[in-house]
Amino acid sequence: MKLPAALLALCLIGFVALSARAQQLVADLSNHLIAITTGFTGTEVVLFGATDGAGDVAVVVTGPRTPITVRRKERTAGIWINRRSVTFPQAPSFYVVATSRPLQQTVSPPQLERHQIGLDHLRLEPEAEVSPERLAEFREALIRNKQRDGLYGTSTGAVTFLGDRLFRTNIYFPANVPTGLYTINVLLIRDNEVVSAQTTPLVVSKIGFSADVFEFARGQPIAYGVLAVAGAVAAGWLAAAAFRRV
Amino acid sequence: MQVYLPIAEMSVNALLVLGMGGLVGFLSGMFGVGGGFLMTPLLMFIGVPAAVSVGTQANQLVGASISGVMAHWRRGNVDVKLGAVMLMGGVVGTAVGVWIFGILQRMGQIDVAISLSYVFLLGTIGGLMLVEATRAMIRRRQPTAARGKLHRHGFLHGLPLKMRFPRSRLYISALLPFGIGFVGGVLVAIMGVGGGFLLVPAMIYMLNMPTALVAGTSLFQIIFTTAAATLLQAATNQTVDVMLALLLLVGGVVGAQFGTKAGGALRGDQARLLLGLIVVGVALKLAWDLVAVPADLYSLAIGS
Repeated sequence: MKLPAALLALCLIGFVALSARAQQLVADLSNHLIAITTGFTGTEVVLFGATDGAGDVAVVVTGPRTPITVRRKERTAGIWINRRSVTFPQAPSFYVVATSRPLQQTVSPPQLERHQIGLDHLRLEPEAEVSPERLAEFREALIRNKQRDGLYGTSTGAVTFLGDRLFRTNIYFPANVPTGLYTINVLLIRDNEVVSAQTTPLVVSKIGFSADVFEFARGQPIAYGVLAVAGAVAAGWLAAAAFRRV
Repeated sequence: MQVYLPIAEMSVNALLVLGMGGLVGFLSGMFGVGGGFLMTPLLMFIGVPAAVSVGTQANQLVGASISGVMAHWRRGNVDVKLGAVMLMGGVVGTAVGVWIFGILQRMGQIDVAISLSYVFLLGTIGGLMLVEATRAMIRRRQPTAARGKLHRHGFLHGLPLKMRFPRSRLYISALLPFGIGFVGGVLVAIMGVGGGFLLVPAMIYMLNMPTALVAGTSLFQIIFTTAAATLLQAATNQTVDVMLALLLLVGGVVGAQFGTKAGGALRGDQARLLLGLIVVGVALKLAWDLVAVPADLYSLAIGS
């Protein structure tokens, strides 16, 4: 499984290397669909590509944007209760950056900001107006919580070059990866400027039994409930009957 | 062996969940309680969202109670008439509970509400059980102690709508079992518990039911309230994960069969003392989590 995949990746790298002569940057994924099946425990996708010369590469993976509410607990009458909250209506559910070199010093902040390279430059707008201190505090909390779940992260040096032109990186998606349409931005950086960019889509989707269950639960919730009860009744009955003779 | 849960949207170790189901099932069979009060905190502990834990727990309790009730049924330990009155209250209570659950979820206070109700209910009931069981054990050591009255007449016997329950040899107001069932139903919806830990003592101390009938009858009515809760949670909150429920059930029904047999070997006061200890233990753990400084003061919720 491992070897043929690596061979395939090498062939594809060779192929994109040829076509890269015309363009500054070419990149593709080993797989454009992550299928969440019943046995899904997380997966890795290989991103590979070629440039037309020396330079640095940053890969920004962004999951579907969803509203996320961050709540802060405060001690009230001895116990910790959620009090203040800030909602970010367009927070990415997944955000990972891989770079070939540390970019904070080499690329100008406006460029990092514009391409949202790095957790410090991720665009997170609150729903309602809040003070800058509170925004910073809740923004940091969102990122920290997401990092703990393995859904946000940065990895410097994760993009490796084979020679001057060919590069590759492994992007890891954990078992709790949110479903939806992902965009992968590959950026070529030269002389502290982003000189070329390419966007590749990636779909994370439930497949097979777990997808059917999910669709059924959403589409026909009442029928789903009835079947859930019927299944439990049958299982309980069977077990009792089976154990009668023991 | 990892298994992906379609509704909880996470991957869990199947053997771990089976084991949890088995352990809780064993205790549930032994004491005639649903075991939900242990399972819901356990599920939340391994990272299942609170709402999904509660909804799924209701579903697995349907199966667990059926398999549990069969053993009692064969021994003739189910008062169907009393159970039927209780379950009418239970279904009404479930509907009210699912409604409250939705409101708390929108306010962002569902987690603390679940914890607080656990601490309050488990603490009170577990404490009472401990005191009562200890007294019973002390009485057993002193055979000369005077015997209590057969049953007392309090204000509970003055309520209207009196009904005869021949199987339990009771003549009481139907409002009593209805009310107990109602409270049980609210608990199913909000806490994901069958409510056995509340129903069993209530039936013993408030209804003065024969102890032999209590476990079977409470399980009998829990089947129906949990079934109603599963339907309502699936229809309104979409928080029932059948995959998780199935895993818990397989472990749970096997454990429950052994538990029922083990329960027969225990004396009533011993069983109540043991259950009381477990219940108080869970309450203390949850109380500690409420009071202790959280690892991270901030938490995330999808949605606005």
